[in-house]
Amino acid sequence: MSAIRFSQVSKRYPNGHDALRTVDFELDSGEMAFLTGHSGAGKSTLLKLLTLVERPSRGEVWVGDQNLATMDRRRIPGYRQSLGVVYQNHRLLSDRTVFQNIALPLQIAGYSDDDIGRRVRAALDRVGLLSAESANPLALSGGEQQRIGIARAIVHKPRLLIADEPTGNLDPRLSLDIMQLFEQFNRIGTTVLIATHDVALIKRMKHRVLILDKGRMRHV
Amino acid sequence: MSNAQKSPSRKQPNRGASGHRITRADRLKRWMARHRYEARDALTRLLQMPASALMTLSMLAVALAVPGFLLTLLINFEQLTPTTELKPQLAVYLKPATDAKRVDQISREMLLRDDLLSVELISPDTGAADFRERSELGGLLELFETNPLPAVILLVPRDEDPASLQTMQQSLFAIEEVDTVELDIEWLVRLAAILNSFERISVILSLLLALTVLLVVANTIRTMIGNRLEEIEVSLLMGATSRWVRRPFLYAGLWYGLFGALLSIVLIYLALILVESPLREMTELYLGAFELQGLGFQGVVSVLALGSVLGWGGAYLAVSRQLTQFEPQ
Ligand SMILES: Nc1ncnc2c1ncn2[C@@H]1O[C@H](COP(=O)(O)OP(=O)(O)OP(=O)(O)O)[C@@H](O)[C@H]1O
Ligand SMILES: [Mg+2]
Repeated sequence: MSAIRFSQVSKRYPNGHDALRTVDFELDSGEMAFLTGHSGAGKSTLLKLLTLVERPSRGEVWVGDQNLATMDRRRIPGYRQSLGVVYQNHRLLSDRTVFQNIALPLQIAGYSDDDIGRRVRAALDRVGLLSAESANPLALSGGEQQRIGIARAIVHKPRLLIADEPTGNLDPRLSLDIMQLFEQFNRIGTTVLIATHDVALIKRMKHRVLILDKGRMRHV
Repeated sequence: MSNAQKSPSRKQPNRGASGHRITRADRLKRWMARHRYEARDALTRLLQMPASALMTLSMLAVALAVPGFLLTLLINFEQLTPTTELKPQLAVYLKPATDAKRVDQISREMLLRDDLLSVELISPDTGAADFRERSELGGLLELFETNPLPAVILLVPRDEDPASLQTMQQSLFAIEEVDTVELDIEWLVRLAAILNSFERISVILSLLLALTVLLVVANTIRTMIGNRLEEIEVSLLMGATSRWVRRPFLYAGLWYGLFGALLSIVLIYLALILVESPLREMTELYLGAFELQGLGFQGVVSVLALGSVLGWGGAYLAVSRQLTQFEPQ
């Protein structure tokens, strides 16, 4: 079964701008793919449809067996709890420790405190930052912050991992590190979709590439 | 997509939950732990910013103290005025020359009027007997050849408002045999009227101030939300429900309301101490012994409950308004 299926998806913003025009594509379960295209091509818009921050104007967006275009509002929280999302500016909360940041999705999903402790440390271990547990995110380097953001996205073992420009603020070496981290999660079965500008990096990685051009999907 | 494909993953939409079974008791325990945590966290945050929090609390305390104070005064006034004695009575004194037959006729005519609740005739003889019995000066009556006491008719009118009592007094004067008409509890009626308008003003004022409490809390929480927008947005993106997002702010509102109410109770007692002695002087002059009552247990509980409910409600208003901006379009 495909993990993600876009069927004739268009998105027109309230101001009349067409960000996506009849986009069709499928991503298999366990696949890893890059989403690229010029600035304003619609990459973030496409990911926002997947996180249900936006709804499509036309067409269907399927994630697993759920059609996001018509999903009831009350089911959005449950759906979002099943996703892992990484942001370009990592969006860590600066009024709490690294541990508390990573614990947040687990608390929201209702895990017990013991469980949370174990899972947060396991996630920190996976991104190689076990010692940063009680640090404030502001005290970490850009690359470390992004790793914490990734730890937070994978702490609940999501089936689907989405990232919007996860390496946008990092130098090439750190970017490669981060991408290899995503590859690790993909190797254990997680479906991964990453939006990025970084063509050089994409070429090194040998994964499927989806290209958006003025809101249309170019199939390669 | 076929139904056969749908069912397995619907049962397990959250992969993280695999190998992590939650019983109902567990869920309840976690839910309560969550609430305890949020309540404590909201309290800590409130205590961490004493300057602005104190400002809000004083506003709430004043807004809650005024209705609480008025309510206490009302309870005190009501205890002052026993209802049966408040019934205004008219004493109609007939001219001494009126003969017994005519007196009888007049009182019977009054019995027929339906604007009177009761009519009681005290004939000169009954009056004299009463006088002899009750007064040490009863012997004085023996000095007179004929009974000097006039016939008196005591009336309890149906209408108690001062205006109609006065009209009735006038109309009774118009009867030829009537000497005087006394409305000696007139002032009590006036007091009742004053109390009545005082009660009404208190109710209106209380409603306005309750609204003030609601708005003050809503405004405070709005600022608080503004400072935590990133946290709210990130939580929602991770699948927090609106209930989850609302919870810390509802607790903050609850604490504000409760502490505001506690402070207001202190203010109410201070105000009562200030008015106690002048009030006692005034009432003892007219009504005898008077003991000023405080809010009482029930009053204290009511003010605390009112403060908490308004605080919670104000916070709910503020959060609900903000949450709509995060809905998907
Ligand atoms: N909320 C919005 N309202 C109106 N127009 C929007 C909105 N969000 C995005 N757009 C427009 O839609 C188009 C696609 O935006 P999007 O953010 O998806 O591009 P992108 O491919 O992610 O670009 P970048 O590489 O710069 O991040 C842009 O022209 C943008 O101006
Ligand atoms: Mg973008």
